[in-house]
Amino acid sequence: MTTTVPETSPAPDRPGWREVLHDIAAGSAIRTVLAVVLSLAIASVFIVFTNEGVQSTLGYFFSRPGDFFQAAGSALGDAYAALFRGAIYNTRADSFASGIKPLTESLRFAGPLIAAGLGIALTFRSGLFNIGGQGQLLMGAIWSAWAAFQLHLPYGIHLIVAMIFGFVGAGLWAGIAGFLKAKTGAHEVIVTIMLNYIAVSLATYLMRTPVLHDMDSGSNPTTRPPDPTAVFPRLLGDGYELRWSFVLCVIAVGVFWWLMERSPLGFRLRMVGLNPDAARAAGVNVSRMTIVAMVLSGLFVGLAGINQSLGRDGNFAPQIDAGIGFDAITVALLGGSRALGVLFAGLLFGALKAAGPTMQLADVPPEILGVIQGLIVLFIAAPPLVRAIFRFLPTPREVTVVGTGRKPALEQKGGE
Amino acid sequence: MSVAAEPVAVAHASALPPRSWRLPIILAVLAVVTFVVFGLFGTDEEVRFAWSRAADAVSLDPSPASPRVIGLIFGALALLASGFALWSAWNRRKVGVWVMLIVGIAFLVSLVAWVGAGGSVPVVFLLTGAIGLSTAIVFGALAGVIGERAGIVNIAIEGQLLGGAFTSAIVASTTGSYILALLAAMVTGALISMVLAVFSIRYLVDQVIVGVVLIGLVTAITNFFYSAALAPNSGALNNPGTLDRIRIPLLADIPVLGPVLFDQRLTTYLMFVLVPLTWFVLFKTKWGLRVRALGEHPLAADTVGIKVNRWRFWAVTIAGLVAGLGGASLTIGSVGAFVREMSAGQGFIALAAVILGRWNPFYAALAALLFGFASNFRIWAGQAGSALPPDLIAMTPYVVTILAVALVAGRVVGPKAAGKPYLKE
Repeated sequence: MTTTVPETSPAPDRPGWREVLHDIAAGSAIRTVLAVVLSLAIASVFIVFTNEGVQSTLGYFFSRPGDFFQAAGSALGDAYAALFRGAIYNTRADSFASGIKPLTESLRFAGPLIAAGLGIALTFRSGLFNIGGQGQLLMGAIWSAWAAFQLHLPYGIHLIVAMIFGFVGAGLWAGIAGFLKAKTGAHEVIVTIMLNYIAVSLATYLMRTPVLHDMDSGSNPTTRPPDPTAVFPRLLGDGYELRWSFVLCVIAVGVFWWLMERSPLGFRLRMVGLNPDAARAAGVNVSRMTIVAMVLSGLFVGLAGINQSLGRDGNFAPQIDAGIGFDAITVALLGGSRALGVLFAGLLFGALKAAGPTMQLADVPPEILGVIQGLIVLFIAAPPLVRAIFRFLPTPREVTVVGTGRKPALEQKGGE
Repeated sequence: MSVAAEPVAVAHASALPPRSWRLPIILAVLAVVTFVVFGLFGTDEEVRFAWSRAADAVSLDPSPASPRVIGLIFGALALLASGFALWSAWNRRKVGVWVMLIVGIAFLVSLVAWVGAGGSVPVVFLLTGAIGLSTAIVFGALAGVIGERAGIVNIAIEGQLLGGAFTSAIVASTTGSYILALLAAMVTGALISMVLAVFSIRYLVDQVIVGVVLIGLVTAITNFFYSAALAPNSGALNNPGTLDRIRIPLLADIPVLGPVLFDQRLTTYLMFVLVPLTWFVLFKTKWGLRVRALGEHPLAADTVGIKVNRWRFWAVTIAGLVAGLGGASLTIGSVGAFVREMSAGQGFIALAAVILGRWNPFYAALAALLFGFASNFRIWAGQAGSALPPDLIAMTPYVVTILAVALVAGRVVGPKAAGKPYLKE
């Protein structure tokens, strides 16, 4: 997000209270809330005009407009009540234990989004675009799933070994793009997108070979489920699907924060992201940092893949990605590529994902949640647009590229 | 993909640019593979090339041949061509595109003969299918070329294809007019372009980021309306039918080429027209020169009085019209009804085609055609019961793209200022 204090300065001048207020108002917190409000408003229009009850009142809108507003109100009320019941607390449950289940489901969906979002955020901070979340997630899931049902190890060790496999798979896959970018200059956007498709084909291919194929299932390309020794234990008991893998994702937030904000490596990565030429002049090996950034990014995305393969009892399938690899980009953008921001963005999008089935039951197409998600990020991406709509917001003191914290690479006067 | 001449070192009079061996060596490897795998170790089981379909006016007899002989002949041809490429590299000459074409086509012909051994090769099916499956990619690639030439990297092509497919299906279903449907698709593509342009030019948001966000948003919106409106009333809203095939008299009767080129739908003909037209406008007109200036050196363009940001806005908008047509080619130009997420990554492939095609409409269209051929080849190889696993064939175009991008990157540079916003001081 818009950083108003240059982040690399070791000791920023202590800002006066007026500037602090200014920064809060112009900063990401309020803008994010406004973007969410705006997106919900637009999504409400979508919901209202596709609702059958509302459509039937439109025919006589001018004679009895009251009916329209009543129908619209009830359509919206139903939709958002369903959203609440699906994402936070099921008010129709008979006990607290079952009522709170939606919240744990939201957390379960949020886990991989947070982990993958951190991975994408890391590349944004390092001046790269990693669009390859899907492929990296799949590779992490394939390798860890392989270790989970082809190796047979005791409790504890098996899970750790499977995780290491997942990290290695995802890290290497992301490393390909980093290596090609560093050594040949191939644009990482194209390479990571192509690697996504290759990963999907590789997954479906491997599922027909003895590597992943469950030979007992006949010609049907399925894998065996992971050994129980390699599956994450449940966090809150048997009633809830939430597993310890979620805790790992939260720990990853802390690791990311330390790595990017406190470690010398993170400092170099950010330096390359902010100004590669200056970093090179300061003695940073830019091409090595490119590879390192992609591999580290792959490790975080790999955690999401591990979450998907070992965080449940089911067997591996190429659909395991479930759009997380792409959503992670929006999570990273919404979270401003900061540790805490990604955490909250992941929680928000996890809640939206979890609410899908309840929305469906309430006759609202759950795809509306995707619309809300996309709109939020679009509004977040253009701070001046939100300010133009909500005119009372002050303008920030400097312009930065959204999600990366760096200034836009302008075509400077005087050319290159 | 030939290697551009390196800048000449001026320190010593005798210092010559280094020879670049990467491309010739890769061509040579491909030629050797063709000669050895499909030729020397090829199969003798007969393959029949079916030149015409049952319905064609002029029917040619299928020609039987031995895949091994084909491999040997075309392998030798490829070896010759790659030898020429090596000779050019030794003499520090540019390797022409035609050399790559010869090697590539020789490889493909031998591969097709090898896969079709023991059966027949439906040549017309392979070629028409390749064109059909590449139409949307070609439109997308043209849009990408225009945008990047003007200095705007348009990742959102995927979203424009999807949006165009969506609106054209709805408009054709509700109005029954295909012309209106095509227009609607173009408007949709242009609107998405305008959002991209406003965000990247006015609000200085990174172009790649807006593009990715737009793809997500268009996908979500079309998904929402698909399940809220289209799926429940598919008869009324998602029943567009397809454009009629237009047979061009006489020309369509030419064997092989006739059915491939002159018995197509309107969208395909538009594609045939737009590729050279885009090239002509970009490289032979005053407008094209201006647009290219925006992408290469906007400051210079500004200095001579071109309103950089306004021109960029309209260039991307026009590119959006083209991309929208690509969307229409997916529905009314092909299968008819809209299916959710039916663009299925073709917009991304178009981006790759732009780079492979070196920001040139003709080469980009050629690269797009290669992708279409690969997808169609996979369908046919699956039916022909090939030993090659279909998933691995499916992977090939993407692997080739990565290799090619890694190969040309650094050698062939795209428009210099693409992706950078322009701010006047």
